[in-house]
Amino acid sequence: MRRRWISPSAVVWLLVAAAFFLIPLIATLLFSLRKLETNKCCSGAAYSLIIHDHQFWTTIRLSFLLSLETIAISLLLFVPTVYWVHLKMPRLRPVLGFMALVPFVVPPIILVVGLLNLYRGSPSWFYAKPYGFLATAYVILAFPYMYFALDAGFRSIDVHTLTEASQSLGASWRTTLMRVILPNIRVAALGGSFLTLAIVMGEFTMASLSAFNTFPTYIQLVNETQPYEAAALSLLSFLIVWAAMLALLFVGRGRPRPAQMAATR
Amino acid sequence: MAYLELQGLRRHFGPVVALDGIDVSLDTGEFLSLLGPSGCGKTTALRLVAGFDRPDAGSIVIDGKNVTRVSPNRRDMGMVFQAYSLFPNLTAEQNVEFGLRIRKNKRAVRRKRVAELLELVGLGHAGKRYPHQLSGGMQQRVALARALAIEPRVLLLDEPLSALDAKVRVQLREEIRRIQTQLGITTLYVTHDQEEALSISDHVAVMSSGRIEQLGTPSEMYGAPATPFVAEFIGTMNRLQAVVVDGASGEVQHGGTRLTVDAARGRMKGERVLVLVRPELLELEPSIDGDRGENTLTGDVITHTFLGSVTRLKILGRETEYIADVPTARVDSLPIGLAVNARVPAAGTRLLSLSEEPASDGSSADS
Repeated sequence: MRRRWISPSAVVWLLVAAAFFLIPLIATLLFSLRKLETNKCCSGAAYSLIIHDHQFWTTIRLSFLLSLETIAISLLLFVPTVYWVHLKMPRLRPVLGFMALVPFVVPPIILVVGLLNLYRGSPSWFYAKPYGFLATAYVILAFPYMYFALDAGFRSIDVHTLTEASQSLGASWRTTLMRVILPNIRVAALGGSFLTLAIVMGEFTMASLSAFNTFPTYIQLVNETQPYEAAALSLLSFLIVWAAMLALLFVGRGRPRPAQMAATR
Repeated sequence: MAYLELQGLRRHFGPVVALDGIDVSLDTGEFLSLLGPSGCGKTTALRLVAGFDRPDAGSIVIDGKNVTRVSPNRRDMGMVFQAYSLFPNLTAEQNVEFGLRIRKNKRAVRRKRVAELLELVGLGHAGKRYPHQLSGGMQQRVALARALAIEPRVLLLDEPLSALDAKVRVQLREEIRRIQTQLGITTLYVTHDQEEALSISDHVAVMSSGRIEQLGTPSEMYGAPATPFVAEFIGTMNRLQAVVVDGASGEVQHGGTRLTVDAARGRMKGERVLVLVRPELLELEPSIDGDRGENTLTGDVITHTFLGSVTRLKILGRETEYIADVPTARVDSLPIGLAVNARVPAAGTRLLSLSEEPASDGSSADS
């Protein structure tokens, strides 16, 4: 059996890339491990303080639940919409694509001011609650990530044929969507979901301007007053995103994918 | 009374007329192929029967019941698609089982039926495989089993073999016919491949521009095409433009050659006609000293095309080119460059009035 040869230049590039990503993380880790009293290594005091701060748990819980709510609303809204556009109104795809670019183009600070004005006067259970107003704003913010992920997923399968095959076998629209379409865009939906999770877990501008105390606003607060704890918090948020990506890899692994199927054609 | 009836089906897509009023009747267990070139409306007709599209006019009646407005999931139609249509997230077994689960059949019943059908299509060993682990031919077999699992009232096949290689295509079409005959299921088959249609169908409907040009048995379609389009589309045909000289004796004038054609008897003198002669009916003999017999076209052999048991010869005549099929064993006696006489049999020749044919400059051999 031949050994696979890796060229020296590839090794150099790998090391450069690894250094680019790892050096800031290692520096942050070392910084977060400094003793509060002496400013020298090593102590877990910053982590201990964070973990014993009830604000940490309250804000991370809020941000996590907001992420789940945003993901749920986005999937409920966008999966049927993108499915229908691919199936019945493909001419609308460029329009949707353009709309999805708007949250990229309009800065969050302008978006949130506009939304605050738009929803002023709406019931307090919506306007004054993070699970109402903020979740709505996050759905808009996550729109491009969810839309482009789903669009790629739908483009990788033959939506028309799968739908018609399912219907010819007696399945209703709902059954077709749930049992045929969704399982085959699962990886795309998961991709969009985890991008949404990462965005919501790290979104500061909207939460701050609408005066909600979420995990990123908590990080900002800590950052202003407690530098070692802020570094510890940054690492923790990295870990959350990594865990999400690993979950995506784990869930999407080992199942037949449309791309694999297409390759056999 | 017919089991499946398509009555005056019409469908427009903007200014394009996809179906211009087609009428078809199928008896129980009959196998009908809709045959025609791309854009002739055959797939549109099939989609209307499946319920994926609605006609602008006309009706679809199955077993006496009008199903024109019934949604596709309530029609009990089994369909095999041109594109591979297996659900990628399900194994072959689960794909076949899908329709039975929708119908809430009991687990034991489902299992038994799935096993039977996978055996029927020769894939009893591949039930646990996912679609991407199956070849194209295997995927279409599973798709056939899946369509049959629900015991459909009509089986619809939309060019199911077009993506497969030639050998698998021939093998699978024979299996489709075997299974269809065994189960006695009424079948509507769409194809643009005349050989496929002629080899497995009880009846064939040749379509053009949204209309049915001719509907008949495969032998009728091949031996007695009713229109120039059918003559051109089915098989290969020598098309000789001629004028009736004597309707009583059946004599026609083709360029400088007089031919006697039984089918020309009773035609009016001076009528412009198209004489249709299959290549296998032309009897070739070497021309000796320019001598020519009766009812004979003359020319020089210009090409040989090996087709297996027969070889196709192209002959450059005075008026146009002709083609003739001769047994391959004989072809050495008819080398390229040889002057030959091609005898046109009076009996086996078809005749069409040229008023049905758009004007063209001369005769031709079409394949």
